[in-house]
Order: sequence, then C-alpha cells, then structure tokens
Amino acid sequence: MSEPQHFDVLVIGAGPAGIAAAAAAAGSGARVAMIDALAKPGGQIWRGSTSSPYGRARRWLDRLHRCNVRVYASTQVVDIPEPGMVLAESECGSILMAWSKLILAVGARELFLPFPGWTLPNVVGMGGLQALIKSGLDVRERRIVVAGSGPLLWASAAHALACGADITVIAEQAPGAAVRGFARGLFRHPRQLVDAARLRLELAGVPVRMGTWPVGAHGTARVREVELTDGQRVSTERCDYLACAFGLVGELELPMLAGCAIEADRVRVDEWQETSVAGIFCAGEATGIGGVDKALEEGLIAGYAATGRPDRARSRFARRARGRAFAGALARAFALRKELKALARDDTIVCRCEDIPKGQLQGLSSWREAKLFTRCGMGACQGRVCGSATRVLFGYGPNSARPPAFPARLESLAATNDTRQPSEGSRGAAWK
Amino acid sequence: MPGEIEISINGRSVRVPGGVSVWAALTRAGIEHARRSVSGEPRGALCGMGICFECRVTINGVAHRRSCQLECAQGMAITTDE
Repeated sequence: MSEPQHFDVLVIGAGPAGIAAAAAAAGSGARVAMIDALAKPGGQIWRGSTSSPYGRARRWLDRLHRCNVRVYASTQVVDIPEPGMVLAESECGSILMAWSKLILAVGARELFLPFPGWTLPNVVGMGGLQALIKSGLDVRERRIVVAGSGPLLWASAAHALACGADITVIAEQAPGAAVRGFARGLFRHPRQLVDAARLRLELAGVPVRMGTWPVGAHGTARVREVELTDGQRVSTERCDYLACAFGLVGELELPMLAGCAIEADRVRVDEWQETSVAGIFCAGEATGIGGVDKALEEGLIAGYAATGRPDRARSRFARRARGRAFAGALARAFALRKELKALARDDTIVCRCEDIPKGQLQGLSSWREAKLFTRCGMGACQGRVCGSATRVLFGYGPNSARPPAFPARLESLAATNDTRQPSEGSRGAAWK
Repeated sequence: MPGEIEISINGRSVRVPGGVSVWAALTRAGIEHARRSVSGEPRGALCGMGICFECRVTINGVAHRRSCQLECAQGMAITTDE
C-alpha cells in the first residue's frame, strides 16, 4: 500500500449529513474527501433519486458536484486504526487515508425484531424494500404487507405502490392516538407536513391499521402469509412480500471504534457537533434519528466548525433546534410497545448469521456473554441485526465495537500494522 | 437502464436488464433465496443496504458477495443455495 493521502477534512458517509458537511467544509478552501459504500452520493435516503423530481436531493447533489470534494464511492471503511487515520477498501484494494478533522455522517439502519417466520425469504425491511426496488426488484402485481413503525412505513408503501405493487395493508404498531397527535404537531414542521399529506394522498384507498403489529410469518420457500394482531384479534393476510421494520437505529460501530462517547444510543456531541474525541465530529442519524432536515443542519454545522468558522455554524443553530424537536416528536409518537419484545418464541432465531434461537439466550445477562456462550452476533453482520434486536429484547448493550468494522480482506487487516492489544475473542470476521 | 446483458445463474444462461442488482436478477429468474443458513434454512435479502449479509452468493468463484449491493455485469457467473 502506498503512503496515505492527507485531507484536512475527511467525511465518512455521503447521505444528506455528509453532503452538507463536505460542502460546508470545502467552502473554506480545505482539502476535503468523502468516503461512501454506495456507488453514488446521496445515501440510502436519496439513493436513485438523482433523476426523479426530488428537488432537494438534486440541489444538494449538484452543490456537492460543484465543490472541490474528492469522492471515494463504493468504498467501505474498515477501521480507524489510530487517531488521524482511516483504513478503507474498495474493489481496487485497500486505501489508508490521513485526516486532520474527521466527520462521521454514518447514518442509520433499520431496527429488525424477531418474530416467528421473520427469517423467511421475502420478509424484508421497509427501507430494505425501497432499496431493493431501486436496484431493480420487480414488484408489479406483487401482494405486499407493510408492517412496523415510523414514517418509513408510509414512504415504503407509497414507493412500492407507485412501482405497481398491490399493498394489502399497512400496519403501524403505535396506537392511532399517538400517530394522530404526531400528525397534529406537524404544523410546526411544514416540510414534513407536506411530505405526510402527499403520502396520505398517494396511499388513499390502501387499508391502514393503527395499533397493529405482525405476530408471525408463514411459508416454506418464502413468505406466503402474515398474521397481524391489534392485541385482541388476529387476522391472516396472504402476501408475496412482508416489508417490516420497527424504525431506525444509528450506525454506531465506527463512532465507537473511534472512541466517541455514546449516550442513550446516540453519539454524544457538543454544540459544534464535535464528539468526545477532539477533532472528530458527528452529524445526522447517529446523533439521534430525526430525518433529512436535522441531518443537513448538523452536517453544515460540523463542516463549518471543522474548518474554523464558528459564526457560520452558529447561523444554523435555530434550524438544527427545529430538526431536533422533530426527532423528539418522532421518538415519542412511535415508541415501541412492550408486546413486541415477546413476539419471538424460544425456537425463534434471533441471530440470523449463526442461527441462535431466543431460548439459548435466556439467562445471559450481557451482549458479551451472549457472544461468548452462543456465538450470537459473531457472524458476518457482526451483530448489526441481532445486536440491535437483543438491545430491545433483553436490554443488552450498548454493544462494543472492534475492528474490522465490516468483514475485510486479510490484506487490509495486515495493512494497518495495528499495535493495539487484541481484546476478548478474535479480531473479528475476515475472509478471502 | 442500458440494454439487456447476459449472465449465468447456477449454470443457466439468463438475460437481465443492464443496471439491475444481482439480487434483482435472481428474483427475475424465479430464484427465491440466495443462500442456506448454518442450519440449512433458505435466506434472501433483508436489509437491501449491505449490512445484514443474508443475500450472499458466489460470483465468478468469489464467495460471500452481497447480491443486493452488486450490479450485474456481462458474463457474470452466479451460484446460489450454498
């Protein structure tokens, strides 16, 4: 591997927060680079929206292209092997990058909770379904049940419907009163109000059940039926797909690897979006799930602050406060009901990589114990699915993170010449 | 999306629209799962964004490739159900 390239500001993640951060930082004349796992900037939320009438996504992507930002696409960050360094890999091999300021705009993933049948093929995430459709999945005339929680439920259903799917039913686990209260509060957030109204209109005619959640999926080669309940009655819906997730959780693995303090499942930041580690900033979903507006404002603030422009950063504080208020309203309205913790039976698989059923985890008091005694969370996804699930089910965590952040090539692991002492277990998953 | 390309799935030649993901190509060819879990269950894509690793297949002899994250390329050879 050649000598690392040096950047004044390195941004990890090319979603709204990362784009705003890179654009703000580049405006100061700093040498800025951005790394993202996807082939094109935009993140999961703006994935594939470059050619569609998503005005805001287009404007931000155009702004990014006009800036002097070096974009490393299709590149996965593997480790932050020491302060001031990032190790990443792409199809072309491993890259070591040096930075003076690091902005973590790592985004979120969906929260999946185990229930009988959730491992069947065609049980997918809500955002997962959107992403799969955008990359070519054909859902025309397919029957789809969309169940779970949060605004993504509506966005996912509307997207699939527009792509020709037959949406059988939308089931939101939050009580109708909570969702209606949330909707009434949207007058404070005009953009979100417009989004919600548009989705409601697009989904006119699709049956919606509030206070309803999935209790089981059935089928052999793939899902064929879903059982939904409102706590009183159980109904069975035939389907070709079940799109199901229970909201979003921040991607905390890289911030934890970098040593950033985590509080209440969020990266702790100060008013400048700087984490507990000097020189490392965090913006967007990893500091609290709040959507695009919050992510953009936090990204701008991080980008200005990282390049020594506090006045510009301060000019965004009021808008960021509004974004954070929306995040708070989301968390309150779509709080998970306690019944969801009891959906998995003893024989229901919790860790999908290692096929560990819930029964094997009973009596284990921590994520560490679960890993040591059962291999739960030790597979390819490195606990990204079951770690978040067991946090809800058993209160484990917050999970620890060890390199590599993603399964990596041995060549990449060798490249860091890491001097840290190995902790319990192995250095993580490696293959090839 | 550019025109059609030809790939092979488990030795069978298949034409798919250019630009689609490997996972999308599998489903278009009527294949309902990507791999077998350690206990033998059929599994397919869950997250669609590359974090769950459920959609892994072998591509051109390289195992553990995430089919939802990779675009099909002309001549690609895909093996599933491993």
